[in-house]
Amino acid sequence: MTERKIRVLIAKPGLDGHDRGAKVIARALRDAGMEVIYTGLRQTPEMIAEAALQEDVDAVGISILSGAHMVLVPRVLDLLRANGQDGVRVFVGGIIPENDVPGLIAAGVTAVYGPGTPTTQVVEEITRAVLHPEQA
Amino acid sequence: MTGKQDLVESVLAGKRLPLARLLTLVENDAPEGRAALDQLFTHTGRAHLIGVTGSPGSGKSSLVNQIALALRNPTDGKPARSVAIVAVDPTSPFTGGAVLGDRVRMRDLAGDPGIFIRSMASRGALGGLSRATTGVVQALDAAGFDIVLVETVGAGQSEVDIARLAHTTLVIEAPGMGDDIQAIKAGILEIADILVINKADHPGVDSTVRALRAMLELGHPTHHRAAAGSTAVLWIPPVLQTIATKSEGIGELVDAIYRHAAYLHETGAWQLRDRIRLQSELEQLVQLELTARWQDSVSPELLQATLSMIEARQISPYQAAIQLTHPLPEPHSG
Ligand SMILES: Nc1nc2c(ncn2[C@@H]2O[C@H](COP(=O)(O)OP(=O)(O)OP(=O)(O)O)[C@@H](O)[C@H]2O)c(=O)[nH]1
Ligand SMILES: [Mg+2]
Repeated sequence: MTERKIRVLIAKPGLDGHDRGAKVIARALRDAGMEVIYTGLRQTPEMIAEAALQEDVDAVGISILSGAHMVLVPRVLDLLRANGQDGVRVFVGGIIPENDVPGLIAAGVTAVYGPGTPTTQVVEEITRAVLHPEQA
Repeated sequence: MTGKQDLVESVLAGKRLPLARLLTLVENDAPEGRAALDQLFTHTGRAHLIGVTGSPGSGKSSLVNQIALALRNPTDGKPARSVAIVAVDPTSPFTGGAVLGDRVRMRDLAGDPGIFIRSMASRGALGGLSRATTGVVQALDAAGFDIVLVETVGAGQSEVDIARLAHTTLVIEAPGMGDDIQAIKAGILEIADILVINKADHPGVDSTVRALRAMLELGHPTHHRAAAGSTAVLWIPPVLQTIATKSEGIGELVDAIYRHAAYLHETGAWQLRDRIRLQSELEQLVQLELTARWQDSVSPELLQATLSMIEARQISPYQAAIQLTHPLPEPHSG
């Protein structure tokens, strides 16, 4: 009876209208048995944090191509913390310059995935981060 | 949030993170969730529960978005209602996972503290409404939402389940059902309190509406007549047209929802539906509880031996079932 399902929010902030990558990841996570809440395009950090709260997710995946990641991602992290969701793991996917990665990790992001990251790796790392947060 | 009592109190106080966590516990059928629901139950029974069903892609989520917007921003002097939305999507039978995408159509509701949206996967429920949905709706009712909208895929059993759960059931279809109309008619006429032909900007609306109205005039399902011994008051499901993407027809739809609520109150049908729902919930839970007790108590050896006797045609399955369940086992522990 008690059934633990990993719940992940996949969000696409920013103004670009391209969500193929987000959808590919959403399907890969579903195929790994997770419940994926897909929120669609042009989400503000406020919308992402609100959805993460209502859906009580374990992880948030932010897909971002617009280049505004250094503003949007820390804002999402701040809002999650302000809402009491410190335990939620945040992953970022998209086109992120190498130089920006350490800053995102320092801000609290669990992992950053560039284009072409195998979905199996994403699935594995999200599963591990959610089920064994102490090892991450 | 340390204990069970805190959880219950926080939910009653309208705190959103504890509510979200409670919904997870209920979905997972966790003991803490059940215990909290036991305490919260006395605070339920106030919300207007509205089921929204209909064919895939007919525009259910888009309409839920519009209905909620209208309930939050009334133009006719009515008070704004707080609205909880439960959106159920199917679990993949192959992987146990799900992509829950109904929120995509509800972005207009973001940032409104009078709205709470929760996506749910159907999980084990065979083509029907997740069993946890009942508990989730109870929690939202206890949390004080005036209206709880439940969107579910209109497939088979879930239509019937939603009609049993809800005070008011909306069936949403798109035009151009053509010959399919005969096929869907039986199911929807039984359960629809309000029929909505959405996508009225598509061709074929008028003929779809005409065909549905004609069928409605042929027969009124029994539950519409079940009003407190009276045959005088009859609810005839209206057939409405909407264009969710252009907010057209929404005022009429919301009016119909209010009229249906008034009808239920005036005729006593509200209590009747409440009783029917609680009775079916009780029956379901008794079945589950007894099955769990029996599974705990029966020895695998006895079960195997009995099966062998049935296979050898020494006793009938019915005789075996009587023997194996007598006497009734003690309360199930976990
Ligand atoms: N032209 C037109 N399109 C609409 C209308 N209402 C919804 N749509 C579109 O129809 C598609 C499906 O709408 P949804 O609201 O997701 O439908 P749904 O019934 O919730 O879909 P499922 O939950 O997948 O069964 C979307 O692309 C909407 O934008 C309408 O009135 N007219
Ligand atoms: Mg939908």
